[in-house]
Amino acid sequence: MKLGVLFSGGKDSLVACYTAMQKEEVVCLITVVSRNPESYMFHTPNVDLAALQAEAAGLPLVQVETAGEKEAELSDLVRAIRLARERHGIEGIVTGTILSVYQATRIQRVCSDLGLWCFNPLWHTDQEAYMEEVIAAGFLVLIAGVFSYPFDESWLGRVIDEETLQDLKAIADRYGITLTGEGGEFETFVLDAPFFSKRIVIERATRAYRNYNGVFRIEQARVVAK
Amino acid sequence: MILLVDLCYRKDSLSADEFVKPIAQIVRSEGIPSVHLHFSEVTAQDIERADGAILCGTALMDNEFARHTDRFLWLRDCRRPVLGICAGMLVIALVYGCSTGRCREIGMTDIRRVAGDPLFAGKDAFQAYELHSLAVRPSDAFDVIAVSSRCVQAIRHRSVSIYGVMFHPEVRNEWVVRRFVRAHATPIRSG
Repeated sequence: MKLGVLFSGGKDSLVACYTAMQKEEVVCLITVVSRNPESYMFHTPNVDLAALQAEAAGLPLVQVETAGEKEAELSDLVRAIRLARERHGIEGIVTGTILSVYQATRIQRVCSDLGLWCFNPLWHTDQEAYMEEVIAAGFLVLIAGVFSYPFDESWLGRVIDEETLQDLKAIADRYGITLTGEGGEFETFVLDAPFFSKRIVIERATRAYRNYNGVFRIEQARVVAK
Repeated sequence: MILLVDLCYRKDSLSADEFVKPIAQIVRSEGIPSVHLHFSEVTAQDIERADGAILCGTALMDNEFARHTDRFLWLRDCRRPVLGICAGMLVIALVYGCSTGRCREIGMTDIRRVAGDPLFAGKDAFQAYELHSLAVRPSDAFDVIAVSSRCVQAIRHRSVSIYGVMFHPEVRNEWVVRRFVRAHATPIRSG
């Protein structure tokens, strides 16, 4: 089955992509770039770099922009998926949704309306086991944004390795955040993945942080051979 | 031991992580072992070896199981408790001669209990996650336990412990699976 992966550049969409590749044929990545930083559905830091990640993965990218208004952005998602179907003949969508009923419901409805399959291979996954698998599988993931207490500025740009995971577990246990950041507590960006034929190198980045909200903005990056 | 029956379009499919694994996690968290088999490979002996079976759901587009109801005839002679979830409820309905019809529900839905049953004790009204395009019209062999405004949400066979739920209990209603396995299987205690 030919599938398109709804893709934000963060770990969950790329792990979902990797999982889908084991079972079906992934033919493209689909990104909706929201200009609204409050977007419930699509906003993530550094989503502008999706093209670099697609190049590293060796997959075509279907990208559309949305102003990010709550219901209008759904029609932009439909536009992106229709474009992916026209260009690449997709028969279904893959998402990296783990717990969000809000996201799952909307994407399931869009797929149903378009007659497409919808796959959520990370749905209700065991979060601790999942995070350990992400590291063990060789994903190079950094924290690209923090949006809740008690994350301070030192978290911005930090690579998720065993040590970081232990610190995240301690915070998750104490403050009740989701270990995967599914609740929007933090966002991630993937520099390398097991299925990437190339990897991404950051050449210049800036940090903007205030009152437990911060973004690690990648200003310049390039794709290099692995 | 609980037998988890995978109803997805093929063995080891991309959907299994979404519809079988979350149920397996709930069962495991109760200290109860489970075995996961695709519907194409389940035999009556597999059922007899288990304390009970859960027929798991499928993707919205996936009605492949409905083309293979012959693979579920073991349900007619089943002496073990069974819980069918969404596609699992449809399979039970098809094997027992109930009719089905188009009914799409996606997302959280209000559910109301309309009959007493130990599995639903104390749950007069609740919200549940729906993901279905078909619904069941139960025959007289079943009691209707719960409904939404659109369709029947939970049924129980009148003479054997076979239940069907149209909603997905793995999302926000894990108690359905927990109560079912606690009632019918024995946990393994460590030490």
